Amino acid sequence: MKSTEIVGWFADIGLQDRPQVGGKGGSLGELERAGIPVPPGFVVKTAAFERFMEALEREAPVRARIESLDPDDLAAVSACSSELRARVEAAALPKDVLEEITAAYARLQGEAGSAAPTAVAVRSSATTEDAIDASFAGLQDTYLWVTDLEQTLARVRSCWGSLYSVESVTYRRRKGLPEAGVAMAVVIQRMVNARTAGVMFTRSPTTGDRSVITIEGAWGLGSAVVGGEVTPDRWVIGKITGEIPVREISEKHIQHVPAAAGGIDSVPVADDLRRAPCLSDEELQALRAVGRKVEKHYGRPQDIEWAVERDSNRILLLQSRPETVWSAKEAAPVARAAADPVAHVMSIFGGRR
Amino acid sequence: MSNQAPRGFPLPSSLKVIPGTERAQAAYPYHVQFGKEDDQRFWFYNSMHFPEPMSAFDMVTAEAAYCALGASNTRVHCLPTTLGIDHRIINGRVYIGGNAVTDPAEIARRTEEFQKRAFYYYEHWERLYAQWREKMLALIKSAQALPQPALPEFEPLENVHAGKGVASNHTLLDTYQKTLEGYFRMWHHHFEFLLLGYGAYLTFFSFCKKAFPEITDQTIARMVAGIEAEIFRPDDELRRLARRAVELNVDSKFKDGISVQEIIRSLEEGGPSGREWLKELETSRDPWFNINVGDGFYHYHRAWNDDLSMPFAGLPEYMRRVRQGESLERPIGRLQEERRQLIQDYRDLLSTDDERAAYDQMITLAHRVFPYVEGHKFYCEHWYTNLFFNKIREFGGLLSAHGFFPDAEDVFQLTHYELKTAIIDLMSSWSNGSAPRGPGYWPKIVAERRAAIKEWAKHDSPPALGPVPDVIDDPAIVMLWGITRESLDQWLSAGADGDSREVRGFAASSGVVEGPARIVRSVEEISRLQKGDILVCQVTNPTWAPIFQKITAAVSDIGGSMSHAAIVAREYGLPAVVGTGNATSRIKDGQRIRVDGGRGVVTLL
Repeated sequence: MKSTEIVGWFADIGLQDRPQVGGKGGSLGELERAGIPVPPGFVVKTAAFERFMEALEREAPVRARIESLDPDDLAAVSACSSELRARVEAAALPKDVLEEITAAYARLQGEAGSAAPTAVAVRSSATTEDAIDASFAGLQDTYLWVTDLEQTLARVRSCWGSLYSVESVTYRRRKGLPEAGVAMAVVIQRMVNARTAGVMFTRSPTTGDRSVITIEGAWGLGSAVVGGEVTPDRWVIGKITGEIPVREISEKHIQHVPAAAGGIDSVPVADDLRRAPCLSDEELQALRAVGRKVEKHYGRPQDIEWAVERDSNRILLLQSRPETVWSAKEAAPVARAAADPVAHVMSIFGGRR
Repeated sequence: MSNQAPRGFPLPSSLKVIPGTERAQAAYPYHVQFGKEDDQRFWFYNSMHFPEPMSAFDMVTAEAAYCALGASNTRVHCLPTTLGIDHRIINGRVYIGGNAVTDPAEIARRTEEFQKRAFYYYEHWERLYAQWREKMLALIKSAQALPQPALPEFEPLENVHAGKGVASNHTLLDTYQKTLEGYFRMWHHHFEFLLLGYGAYLTFFSFCKKAFPEITDQTIARMVAGIEAEIFRPDDELRRLARRAVELNVDSKFKDGISVQEIIRSLEEGGPSGREWLKELETSRDPWFNINVGDGFYHYHRAWNDDLSMPFAGLPEYMRRVRQGESLERPIGRLQEERRQLIQDYRDLLSTDDERAAYDQMITLAHRVFPYVEGHKFYCEHWYTNLFFNKIREFGGLLSAHGFFPDAEDVFQLTHYELKTAIIDLMSSWSNGSAPRGPGYWPKIVAERRAAIKEWAKHDSPPALGPVPDVIDDPAIVMLWGITRESLDQWLSAGADGDSREVRGFAASSGVVEGPARIVRSVEEISRLQKGDILVCQVTNPTWAPIFQKITAAVSDIGGSMSHAAIVAREYGLPAVVGTGNATSRIKDGQRIRVDGGRGVVTLL
């Protein structure tokens, strides 16, 4: 099954397709095309959202109503938000959209090759800028361990509905952004049953140093780390040298695991694993290699979510986005070339200046 | 004034000579005894170079080294913000203090001089360094040419017939004075380039620390360190000898538990291949076994050449690896390529072309100066210093033969001033036919001083004395001793928190290892090392390289991240923490410890 106007498989999309597949989807496609392992999946493109909204608008206006809102009138924004979200979540999908997602979902299931249905993650993939993406497409718009088609379709609508959250609407109104340009893509991706998962920065979050990679991880699914429910183990690795000058192994009391009925359970970690490092040195080095590859591909430091699959011990990337905090800072040059190269020694011999 | 500096360490005046050792203390000249005025200044214990109480003679090292260091800083290169180093001696410990220049006008005046002098050195480095090697080799040659001190009953007839005109007792004085003069001169050569070399290295180092705040010291060291430096040669020779022994099929003669003498005898008697190998040994020994087992500052740090047990201890393991098909040759080409790549990769991380251009300029300068920084120790602290102490040892032999003291080694209990007096005593008695007075005078003093050193060794010495300076802006102290305001604060708080389970030092070679500690205080104890042990010692240096194949990590009292120990540990891929100050006294033999070489922390388990 090929990619279409409605559905785009990771192998066929990249960052340049961001207007159609959103930031997350474009990034996952970009990673897959760069040869970096990601859990297989596809994107429900913005065209699907557009068709869905056209149908919705035919019933009753949506966009015009939002544009008429006063962002300071919280009561009005809240009322409108909950009404619109309810409508989005209840509405039926247009026929072609429904068919294409159903077919793509079946293919994803087929590729998994297991008798039992393979769980998927449904994740919103906003087309807006990184910072906004980061602020609004947070955890609430990612649905993990979705176990059947019905639920998957419902979660797609939930992702679309998140565009009409109070925060999103207020933000757009304050900025005076036109509603016509607002769209949402949705990523549907096979779930990774993670033994260990976490985040990786290809620079130091504390000093901005680009020569180190910081890795944080804990047992189980990455949601426990991202959601701050567990203090992760932390390592600092020389990006170039591979040396590991910092190893902080913490007490990891709980982990997130897939729940039998779908979704996630938080369960206690076995006593002997609590204070055990959740990654081996080999795995740390493999993560470092992946981090370098991704950074090199994008040409700038990255903020990455990763997982080690429980059965295969394979490393998979769930997400990579440009690091924003340090990149936004204008650092003064550490030193400039000197007319007389020897003159640099005055920084040592000349005393404090 | 109170007895305690407002914020700081004990005042020098509060530091007492340990009871019973007053006469040993009085042996040191007046100008190195602490005085009342010294309370106004900050001093620190130079435990890096002098970790153990020094015998009276060995103090010549402090005297000669600081004379030369000071001259270079103060008068030759005119470092803008610092003059030389003062030193004081108490309880066998050497305390030193810098003379900072703080007046801006004076700094400006010295800066102008510095740029005329030091910049010239940087610009003409290769030529001046080549010239330096010639000077050093000539100095070594003249030391080797000095005659063995001897007093024949009658002046040799040929001297008389040749009309020599000076008798053997004068030659004794002449040889002694030339020996001493050569040693003082050697230290001037030693410091001719040293501060400039460290300064250029530190320029690149501090650039890297600013550009990459979390870069480890050892990574910067790896970018700068040479690959074919002299310090690798002794170990390279040992590997070569192991290969030759296997090729000549004489490797079965080397077994643990057999003395060096027995091995050599069996090789001599073992036919042409044994003798062939012994010839190879002689080739390696001159000059590469002129390396001593310490840092050259103690007379009892003997050279490989004087005690073959150290190099021989490493041979069986090397031979075993050769038999297993390892080449043991250092992969020079690959190491060079790795270094080039490392420099390139860090360069690529810089933000702008302007920064990259500055980086290129600084690393180029660091590479230019580094052969000296790495190479000088072999010529100065090892080769020349061995010749010097061995010559003094010969005087010790002569004096003990004349009853001045029981053992030749006792000579090192005399200061170099006293030794001259003893020699003149012997010269006089030889000339006038009376018995020398020394035998009735020195034995008691020698015994007293040996006892004093034993006593001093039992007492810890404060790491620093006097008021804490607001800043340490003396590049010499920062560069040579790694002392900064931060390290002083750490010392002050360490005093308050004495029972910590951690010993801290320089992160010399990364990696984390746990295992039993083996405290090795001298070469004789090396055989105690078992495979898997963690070596804990006062100093390590390239002579110890052969035993690095047995151990899993190394911890030392002395040394910085650019010390030879650190370089060898990195070469072997072993975690190492160096310059801990007191690991050998805080860690117990056999105790389990964890060495985190990346952080510079040893944890007592």
